[in-house]
Amino acid sequence: MRQDLTIIANWVKPKSRVLDLACGDGELLHYLEEHKSVTGYGLEIDAEQITACIARGVDVLEQDLNRGLSNFANSSYDTVIMTQALQVLRRQDLALEEMLRVGQEAIVTFPNFAHWTNRFYLSWKGQMPMSKTLPHQWYDTPNIHLFTFKDFEALCHEKGIKILDRTVGDFAYKSHWKARLLPNLFGEVAIYRIGR
Amino acid sequence: MIASSNGDTFPPDNSVGLVKPEICQFNQPLKLASGSVLHDWQLMVETYGELNADASNAVLICHALSGNHHAAGYHSEEGSKPGWWDAYIGPGKPIDTRHFFVVALNNLGGCHGSTGPSSLDPATGQPFGPDFPVLTVGDWVDSQALLADRLGIQQWAAVVGGSLGGMQVLEWSLRYPQRLRHAVVVASSPKLSAQNIAFNEVARQAIMSDPEFRDGRYQEAEVIPRHGVALARMVGHITYLSEHSMGEKFGRDLRTDKLNYGFGVDFEVESYLRYQGKSFSERFDANTYLLMTKALDYFDPAKAFDGNLIKALEPIQCRFLVVSFSTDWRFSPRHSEELVNALTAAQKRVSYARIKSPHGHDAFLIPDERYEAVFTAYMQRVAGEVN
Repeated sequence: MRQDLTIIANWVKPKSRVLDLACGDGELLHYLEEHKSVTGYGLEIDAEQITACIARGVDVLEQDLNRGLSNFANSSYDTVIMTQALQVLRRQDLALEEMLRVGQEAIVTFPNFAHWTNRFYLSWKGQMPMSKTLPHQWYDTPNIHLFTFKDFEALCHEKGIKILDRTVGDFAYKSHWKARLLPNLFGEVAIYRIGR
Repeated sequence: MIASSNGDTFPPDNSVGLVKPEICQFNQPLKLASGSVLHDWQLMVETYGELNADASNAVLICHALSGNHHAAGYHSEEGSKPGWWDAYIGPGKPIDTRHFFVVALNNLGGCHGSTGPSSLDPATGQPFGPDFPVLTVGDWVDSQALLADRLGIQQWAAVVGGSLGGMQVLEWSLRYPQRLRHAVVVASSPKLSAQNIAFNEVARQAIMSDPEFRDGRYQEAEVIPRHGVALARMVGHITYLSEHSMGEKFGRDLRTDKLNYGFGVDFEVESYLRYQGKSFSERFDANTYLLMTKALDYFDPAKAFDGNLIKALEPIQCRFLVVSFSTDWRFSPRHSEELVNALTAAQKRVSYARIKSPHGHDAFLIPDERYEAVFTAYMQRVAGEVN
């Protein structure tokens, strides 16, 4: 189990209703169903991932997140989760609004573009950074909206979204004293729990 | 196994092989939605695979408008086409006959051996013709439930169907919620749109306006309303294909290499449609066509709940797989998504895949890599639960 998924699982209440946006192969939902008795659906657009979800018995719905969640009612889920997908969407602000319309709270994870290695890469090499968390070339990347922890928190503030929890870590989501001290510089990835 | 002249073995390895339909006779009265009662009736049935000891591995196949009991395999070694869903039923196929006992039938009102308008009315000794009662999807499901009783199947591992077949699957989940574990609804809809009903009405008018139709009593007169049925099929056929697939298949290709400046056949697509219409009119009963289209039009489980589909779905206990096809404009993905959204709102278990395909509504019958992968993954889970 990926480390980020373990942390998320700890934040999800037993027997709650969960929507997992961009659920991939359904690993998280499967784990949550087995260990937390949650119910809900994964949303995914990738054909192979959808088949993988079905093969492991996770309920998955083919849906393009850029079109919003208008087919889900207000406050119909306890938690709406999105791991490592916010940066591929067209409108992060609208996505967060939708997640908190449908869910009581939301959990999101994303890579921090302000991590010192990215800063170093850009300032030293003068090229768009590439790393383990950002493995794509600038011209061929699904990550069309890269942003930083600071950007995200500023957006939350502007939208009146409360940050309920935050874990900052390296690629493997291991926390480090440097990342705790200066998260926007030393944190590679973060997991946020947000609400209204 | 027999080697044929072209070197291929018959039957193919992944086929259920030679199959023989059987008649199931019923003497218990079947009360229909219209108020009519059928006293003695029969269903033509085909089965593939073996029923396991606790009768838990049975899969029911529900057919669409012009389908029948011959869903897979071959009726003879020579010159016979395989069943209508042979691409998806057989050893190693999505509905794997090594794991499942598959039951396919010709619905009541059909014209391939089950009691229908062309059967003899015991009261008069004449064919029922137009006097055969109008049937609903619910009536079919009731008759299928009696068939399940007869076969000793208390609960289906899955009920599966495409198009009008998918409506029967949905009806099963509402009418007999405890009698199925899984529902697979392909290229279907929780109700027809006005446009869909309109197409059906054109088809019916084509049949009924054929002078040979004779108010449905053509059988006594020993004639067939050929032109009407052919025309109905031509209209239907256009709606089963996409603009793209017709374009790919025929383009503007001419039958001969020049225009004829008349009203005969110029283009390949005209010739194809005429052929499809003609061959269909020789094997399909006009009154059955009328019945089937009415059953389609009437289907609307939300109607009894003031149009609230979410409420209508409350009794459901089984899990769903819903599949739609991108270029299907007869039962577009929007129809499937209406069902999926109502299922999620009702907190029912469902997975949904929207398959990219150029083949329009017909895509549910045609081999397709992704469709097969999704279908197989789902059915393997089902097999794992019951074997």
